[in-house]
Formats: sequence, structure tokens, C-alpha cells
Amino acid sequence: MADLTVQLSGLTLSNPVIPASGTFGFGYEFAEWYDLDCLGSIALKGTTKEPRLGNPLPRIAECPEGLLNAVGLQNPGADRVIAEELPKLARVFHKPAIANISGFSVEEYAETAAKLDAQPQIGLLEINVSCPNVCHGGMSFGTQPEAAAAVTRAVKAVTKKPVYLKLSPNVTSIADIARACEDAGADGISLINTLLGMRIDLKTKRPLLANRTGGLSGPAVFPVAVRMVWEVYEAVKIPVIGMGGVRSARDVLELMLAGASAVEVGAANLVDPLACRRIVDELPAAMAEYHIDSLKTITGGAHHG
Amino acid sequence: MREILYTVARNRPLTRGVFELTLEGDTSPITAPGQFLELKLPGLYLRRPISVCDWREGSATVVCRVVGAGTALLQKLLPGDTLPALAGLGSGYELTACGDRPLLVGGGAGVPPLYGLCRRLLLLGKRPAVLLGFNTGAECFYEDEFRALGVPVTVTTADGSRGVRGFVTDALAGLDFTDFCACGPEPMFRALLRATDKPGQLSLEARMGCGFGACMGCTIETAGGPRRICKDGPVFKREALLWQI
Repeated sequence: MADLTVQLSGLTLSNPVIPASGTFGFGYEFAEWYDLDCLGSIALKGTTKEPRLGNPLPRIAECPEGLLNAVGLQNPGADRVIAEELPKLARVFHKPAIANISGFSVEEYAETAAKLDAQPQIGLLEINVSCPNVCHGGMSFGTQPEAAAAVTRAVKAVTKKPVYLKLSPNVTSIADIARACEDAGADGISLINTLLGMRIDLKTKRPLLANRTGGLSGPAVFPVAVRMVWEVYEAVKIPVIGMGGVRSARDVLELMLAGASAVEVGAANLVDPLACRRIVDELPAAMAEYHIDSLKTITGGAHHG
Repeated sequence: MREILYTVARNRPLTRGVFELTLEGDTSPITAPGQFLELKLPGLYLRRPISVCDWREGSATVVCRVVGAGTALLQKLLPGDTLPALAGLGSGYELTACGDRPLLVGGGAGVPPLYGLCRRLLLLGKRPAVLLGFNTGAECFYEDEFRALGVPVTVTTADGSRGVRGFVTDALAGLDFTDFCACGPEPMFRALLRATDKPGQLSLEARMGCGFGACMGCTIETAGGPRRICKDGPVFKREALLWQI
């Protein structure tokens, strides 16, 4: 019998499939489509200290094999996430969830992390230092090793739960930033966030997104994700959650061979609400096809020999 | 909400660039007029949200105007082609919130969902009237279909080539109605809200990511806070909209 379980810093997941933050809301919208307990975990919508409406419309643009989004961290703020969203999630998901936290200062990251750390439903904190769609925050913390390390230290000081830094691919050396996070005490690295992109509307001859730029995700970015997971796996000893354009069980195996201990599925949820369940269902057959008995043994397998 | 594989039964041109697709398949997820389908088209990553014009058991119609790559692909569909869709998305018009004599106001490509709405209002014993606005007479469609339902129909065209010259608001004065249901471009909505203070339901449009409330790609600020056009709408009561004045 195939063993789908994987480990993330002491958490055992029944399988490596985790819907990615920003593509799955706070989970319960998808309970109308399938039983969420089939998932390894859920990375919840990015949460900030204060409520955010996000950017003006349009926030979404079609791309070859993907999409641009410039949502801009719309969320009801940490207090309402705790009071309203987490109780709704608790009714339909009975495993530890992953809180995704963003901020506009080191103190804000720590304050939001402390609040979410206190929630028993939350098993792991994913710290987003890579949102490309907000000014003076988000990605600006994830493009410099010192800034990413400062956020890591501040968050680690307020939680005993595993802290994973979600990194931006929009950098010269992702390995340097991952190492800085590891040195600052991070328990793991999550990557990749979206690649900064732009589309122009030929009819109006202006940028299609009101925010002008947005983050590219979808199958178009999958090879970039594989390469960056590979680089980070070589650079650090802490576990890596891989993501970026995953749409099948085979993609999950590929990212794990590159170095991921678990895999998030993002854009696929938006075009196929059943995507994550389908990928979980497909995993045993894909493992059999490639003679894999236990998933957790293949992490980084492509680096050996 | 469910994923349904529809089969195209007919593709009927209505005007230059506007066509009506008849889709065969399970329509049970569709529960209210104004709801939409998210259609998966070959070669495009995101699904395309298209409002349901009308539906019966086992068959639904959608009417679209070609505006981009997605609608251009839809226009080329032939009988027998299959079309995967998420069905039953969005809130739709609230029939019980309508008065006894609702005015259905459609602008251009916004006309189609009002047809399914009109049929259901008649079934409830209400007496709807229809007001359709187009740029030119050549762009006018569904006037005969509405007349066949036995409801009063007023057509306006911006160039005066058919019906009343001007915009839908230029024909409002002569119409007696309790409330309105509208679908059309935003300038029409703004003019309508200035021209009448009667209760109204308006169906908004947006570029969407998912269509079922997951991505927050189509959120607008409303009187009640942030709302997703795809999930909390696309139909909103006039008092929810902040841009009415």
C-alpha cells in the first residue's frame, strides 16, 4: 500500500497536497465542491493586521497557460479572520491549517503572527514576504536577505509553531534569501510566490490590470518553480514547501524530487474547483507508475547520484 | 454549483457579432435568473463567465457578443461540440423582491439574462415590462422573443434607427413600473439610478478569476463592505452600490 504521508517540522500530513494561499479563500467555499479532509492541509488567505479591500478592478488577466492577479491582499484583518473565518473553516476541515501572514512592517508581521499562533486550528505559520501587489510591504521584505531575516526573527520570537518563509521568485539569488531565513531561525521555506508580470489591452492601449502589474501563476511558471525549489533545497537544510503551476500528481512528484517535502496547488483551484482532490486521488497511481512506495523518501531525490 | 459537460445543440446568429447558443445537459444546478456559467474553452487558461439567458430541464441558452478571445471561440462552436462548464454560479435576481410591475432594463449585451427573468416573473403572476437599449437598430436582438411572451416592449437606440431615439433613460418617463431589474454597461446603470428612485436590482460584470468566490479577483466595496461580484452577486440591490449618485 502506497504511503502518501509527509512530514513538515513535526507535523505529519496524510498527503503532500495543500491548496495555496490566495486561491482557496478560508477553505469553506470549497466545501461545497468536496470533503476538505482529503487534503494534507490548507494554506489560508493571506492575512494582515488591518482589514484590506485590495486593489481596484480589474485584478485578473488571462495569460498563456496562466493568469496575472493583482488582488492586493484583500482580507478582513487578523481579528475578523479569527472571529469569523476560522470558525467557519473548523466546521468543514478537521486538520491543522496553515496561516499565511503578510505585513507592512516587521512589528506588524509579529503582531499578526502572535494572534494566529494562539489559534489551536493553526499548525504552521507561512510568512509571506513576497506579495508583488502591495506597496511598501510584502515583496520588499523578501527581496533582501537582511529584511527577510528580520521578519523571521520577529515572528519566531512570538510563536512556538513552525515558521515557514514564503519567498518571491523576483530576486537575483533565492538561495541567499533562503539561507538568511534559515540562519534567522526559520523552520522551513515556501516557494515560489508569483512572478511579476504585465499585460496591455490592445483596445485601450493601456495596462490591463488597474494595478498595472500583477503576479503570474499557473502552469507557465512550473519550470521556474522546479528550478528554484532545486536551488533552495541545495542551499538549506530546513524543509521546503514547493509550489508554482502544479496541476497534476506527476507535477507533485517532480517538485518533490527537486526538493519539496510538501506541495501547494494554487492557480489550478481557480479553473478546476476539484483540482486538489483530483491530484490527491491521482497520487497512488502516479506513485505506482514510477515505482514509489513512500512519498516522503523521494524529497530531493533528483539531487543524488 | 457543479461541473457539467454541455453539448451544443444550436448556434444561432442574432445580429452581427451576437449569437445564441443552445446547450444540452443537466441544468439542475441553475436555480435563479441572472446566474452565470464558467465556460472552459480550448487554449484559454481561465474559464469565461457568461450569464444564462434562459433554461429548461435539460437545456439552457446563452447569448453573447464577441468582445475578445473567449467569446470569439464561443461564436465558432458547432452543434455536437462539447463545452465543460461550472453551472449555477452567482446569486441571480431575487424574484420575491420584485414588485407587481417590474421594469426589466437591458443594455446591449446585458439583455439576455432578463429573458429568463421575464419568463419566471410571468409564472409568478407578475406583470413585467421590458425596456431594451442598443446603439443602433441593426444591433437590436431579442425584441421579438420578449414580445412573444406577451409583455410590453420598448426599444431605444442611440442613433434613433429603431424605437425611441436616445438611451433607456429617455424612455423611462412614459413607463409605469413598481421597481426595476437591470443588466447592462455601467454608464447605463449610473444614468438609471439618477433617473429613478424606485427599488432596483442590478447585475454587474467583471473580469473574474474563478467565478465561485475563491480568488477575490472581482471584489467591490459596497454599502455592506467588500463583496465578490461572482459569489455575492452578480446581482446587487441598488442600495448596496456606492456609485449611485
